[in-house]
Amino acid sequence: MAEVKEINKKNSQLKSFFIKNIVTIIFIVITIIGILLSELSFTFIVNELINRISRNSFLVLSLIIPILAGIGLNFGIVVGAMAGQTAIIMVTYWGITGLKGFILSLIFAFPFAVLFGYLTGKLFNKTKGQEMIAGLIVGFFANGIYQFVFLYLVGTIIPMKNTVMIKPDGVGLRNTISLCGGDYPDGIKYALDGIFRLNLFYFMIIGSSLVMIYAVYKILKNRNKKYIPVKSSGTYITYIIIALVFIAVSIGVLVSGSSLAMLKVPVITLAVIAVLCLFNVLIMKTKIGQDFRTVGLSQSIAKVSGINVDRTRLIATIISTVLAAWGQIIFLQNIGTMNTYGNHMQVGMFAIAAILIGGASVTKANVRHALIGTALFHSVFIVSPTAGKTLFGDAQIGEFFRAFVVYGVIGISLGLHAWKKRAVSRL
Amino acid sequence: MTSKLIVNKIGLPRFIISTLFVFVLILAVVLKVPMDMLLSDVIKRFGMYGILVLAMVPSIQSGTGPNFALPIGIVCGLLGATMSIEFGHVGFSAFIIAVLFSIPIAVITGYFYGKLLNAVKGSEMAIATYTGFSVVQLMSIGWIMLPFKSGQMIWPIGKGLRTTFTLEKTFGHVLDNFLHFNILGVTIPTGLLLFFLGACYFVYLFTKSKTGTAILAGGMNPNYARASGVNIDKGRMIANILSTVLGAVGIIVYSSSYGFVQLYTAPLMMAFPAVAAVLIGGATAKRAKISHVIIGVLLFQGLLTSAMPVTNKIFPVGNISEIIRTVVQNGIILYALTKVEGGK
Repeated sequence: MAEVKEINKKNSQLKSFFIKNIVTIIFIVITIIGILLSELSFTFIVNELINRISRNSFLVLSLIIPILAGIGLNFGIVVGAMAGQTAIIMVTYWGITGLKGFILSLIFAFPFAVLFGYLTGKLFNKTKGQEMIAGLIVGFFANGIYQFVFLYLVGTIIPMKNTVMIKPDGVGLRNTISLCGGDYPDGIKYALDGIFRLNLFYFMIIGSSLVMIYAVYKILKNRNKKYIPVKSSGTYITYIIIALVFIAVSIGVLVSGSSLAMLKVPVITLAVIAVLCLFNVLIMKTKIGQDFRTVGLSQSIAKVSGINVDRTRLIATIISTVLAAWGQIIFLQNIGTMNTYGNHMQVGMFAIAAILIGGASVTKANVRHALIGTALFHSVFIVSPTAGKTLFGDAQIGEFFRAFVVYGVIGISLGLHAWKKRAVSRL
Repeated sequence: MTSKLIVNKIGLPRFIISTLFVFVLILAVVLKVPMDMLLSDVIKRFGMYGILVLAMVPSIQSGTGPNFALPIGIVCGLLGATMSIEFGHVGFSAFIIAVLFSIPIAVITGYFYGKLLNAVKGSEMAIATYTGFSVVQLMSIGWIMLPFKSGQMIWPIGKGLRTTFTLEKTFGHVLDNFLHFNILGVTIPTGLLLFFLGACYFVYLFTKSKTGTAILAGGMNPNYARASGVNIDKGRMIANILSTVLGAVGIIVYSSSYGFVQLYTAPLMMAFPAVAAVLIGGATAKRAKISHVIIGVLLFQGLLTSAMPVTNKIFPVGNISEIIRTVVQNGIILYALTKVEGGK
C-alpha cells in the first residue's frame, strides 16, 4: 500500500513539475528542433552560445529584484542601458581604453543610473498597477531625450570635438562608434572578456572537480547525524556521477582533437556574473531584501508592519537600473561596436523574454530562471534564421518567428498572471 | 488664480500642446514657410489619422483603456486591402471592397481579442500592447507565406508581398480626390474629411444607443452597472470589436490617402501616436468623447506636420521633428498613466 502511495506521490510531483515549467519545457523542445533543422555545426552553436550567455546574463539578472519587490518586469532597464552607453561615450571620447576604460565607465555610469533609476522609480510609484506599460513607454520617452542630447546638443551645447566619433558637420554623434581593442585600441572591446580565457573543456573539468569535492564534503558531513541534512546523500551522489560524466566527455573531446576542443570561455566575465548571482541571493537575506519580499507579497501588509513601501520600491528600481547600466557595458565590451541610437532599445524586451522563458513570472524569479532563460532564448536566436530557411526556404521567416516568440512569450505570461490573479480574487 | 482655473478646465496636456502648436504656427509665419502647403498638409493628416484615433473611443469607454492592440485591427485592414487588390478591383470599388473584406475579419479577430481582455482584467494595457506586437510579427510570416499573385504587390523575384507598394493604380487618393477643391491655395480633401466625420457620427450614434449607454455605464462604474443588470463582459467585447473594426477601416483610409500600403513591421508602433492623440484631445484612460478625437488629431498631427518645415529651417540637418514626436507622444501617455487610479 505504502509503495503505491509513494508512486502516486511521485507521479503527481512529476505532473506538477511539468505544469510549473511548461514554458521552459516548450522552449527546450523548440531549441532541439531548431538545432536539428538549422544544420549549423555544433561547434558554431556552442561558441555563439558561450558568447551570448556571457554578454547577456548580467542584463537578465538585473530584472530579478524588481520582480521580487512586486514591481513586475522592469521594462525601464532600457533607461539603465542608456546610462551605460552615456558612460561608454564619455570614456571613448577621452580616449581611455582597455580595462581602465571599462572600470571608469562602470564608475561614470553609476550616478547617471542612480538618477535615472530614481526618476523611473518615482514614476512607478505614481503608476502602481500599470508599471509594465509605464516602463515600456518610459523607455520610448527617454529614447527621445537621449537622441536629442546626442544628435543635437553634442557639438553645440556640449563641447565635443572629435572627428572620429562626431558626424562630419560637427553636430551629433555618429550612428556607430567603434570600441575596438587590440594593439592600437580606441575602445573597451574585450576589456573584461579578454583578461583570461580558458579552454571550455579545461573549464568544465575544473568546474566539475569543484562540484565533486563539494559533494564529497557534504556527504561526509551528512554522516555526522547531529542535524538533519537539507539534501540527502543520494542527491550528492547524483551530482558526483554527473560531474564524472562531464569530466569524461571533456577528456574525450580533448583527446579526439575535434574542432570543439578549440572553444574558450571568458572566465572573468563568468566570475562577475557569478558574483551578481550571489549578490541577488544574499541581498534577500538582509533587512532591505526582506522588505522587498514583504512589499512584493502585499503592499498593505508591508505598510501595516511599518515598511515605507514607496521607498522600498524606489530602491529596488534604482538597483535594477544600475545593474542594467553595468550589464549594458559588459554587453558592449563584448560586441565591440556601439550602435549609438539602437543598441539600448531592445534590451528590455530581450532580457524580459529570456527570464520568462527560464520559468520566471511577474511575481516570481530567481537566478536559475535568469540563467536557464538566457541560454534557451539565445539558442532559439542562433538557430531560428537557418532553421526558418531549411523549413520554409526563407531565413526571414525564422527572424519573424523569433520576434513573434519574444512578444508572444511576454504577452502570454502577463496574461496568465492577470488571469491567475483574477481567479484567486474570485475565490 | 484664474489662469490656473483655465488650465484646469482645458486640461494640462491640451493646454501645453495647443500653446506649442500656436507657437510653431507663429514661427512658421515668421520664418516664411509657405502656409498654403502647410495648412493643406495639416488638413490631410487630420483626415488620414482620424479614424485610427477614433478607434480609441469605444475601448476607453468600455473600461479596457486605450486600445494599445490597435495593430490587430490594422493587420485586419491590411488583409482586406491586399485581398481587394488581389481580386483585381480598381478605383473607388477597390476601396469599398477592401473595407467590406476587412470588416468580417476584424469582427472575428476582435471577438477573440475581447475574450482575451475579459480574462485578464486589470492589466489590459500591457497585455494589449504585447498581443498587438506578436500579431504583427505573426502576420509578417503571413505576408511571406500567403498565396498572393497580383504583380502589383509581390516581389518580382523571391517570395511574398513587398514591404511597401503603391496604390497608384488601385485606390490611392480616392477619398482625397472626391469633390476636392482649393481655397487660397489650400487643398480641401472633401471626401476624406466627410468619411472621417461620418465615422465619428456613426460612433456617436452608437454611444447614444442602448448598447452604447450600457457600455459607458460599465466602464464608468462596473459595480454600479452590474447592480443595475448590465452585462459588463458583453459590453467590453462589443466595444473592442468595434475598436478593431475602426482600426481596420482606419488603416485602409490611411493607406489610400498616403498612396502606399506598408506591410510587415510597419503597424508595430502605430497604436502609440493614436493613443497620444486622443489623450491630447482631453481624454483620460477612463473617459473619452468624439470631441476629444477631433481636437486631439488636429492638435497632435497639426503640431507634428507644422513642426517639420519649421525645425528644418532652424536645424537644417537631421530630423528633429521626429524627436519632438517621440517626446510629446510618450510624455503624454506617461502623464495619462499617472492619472489612472488603481494599484494594489
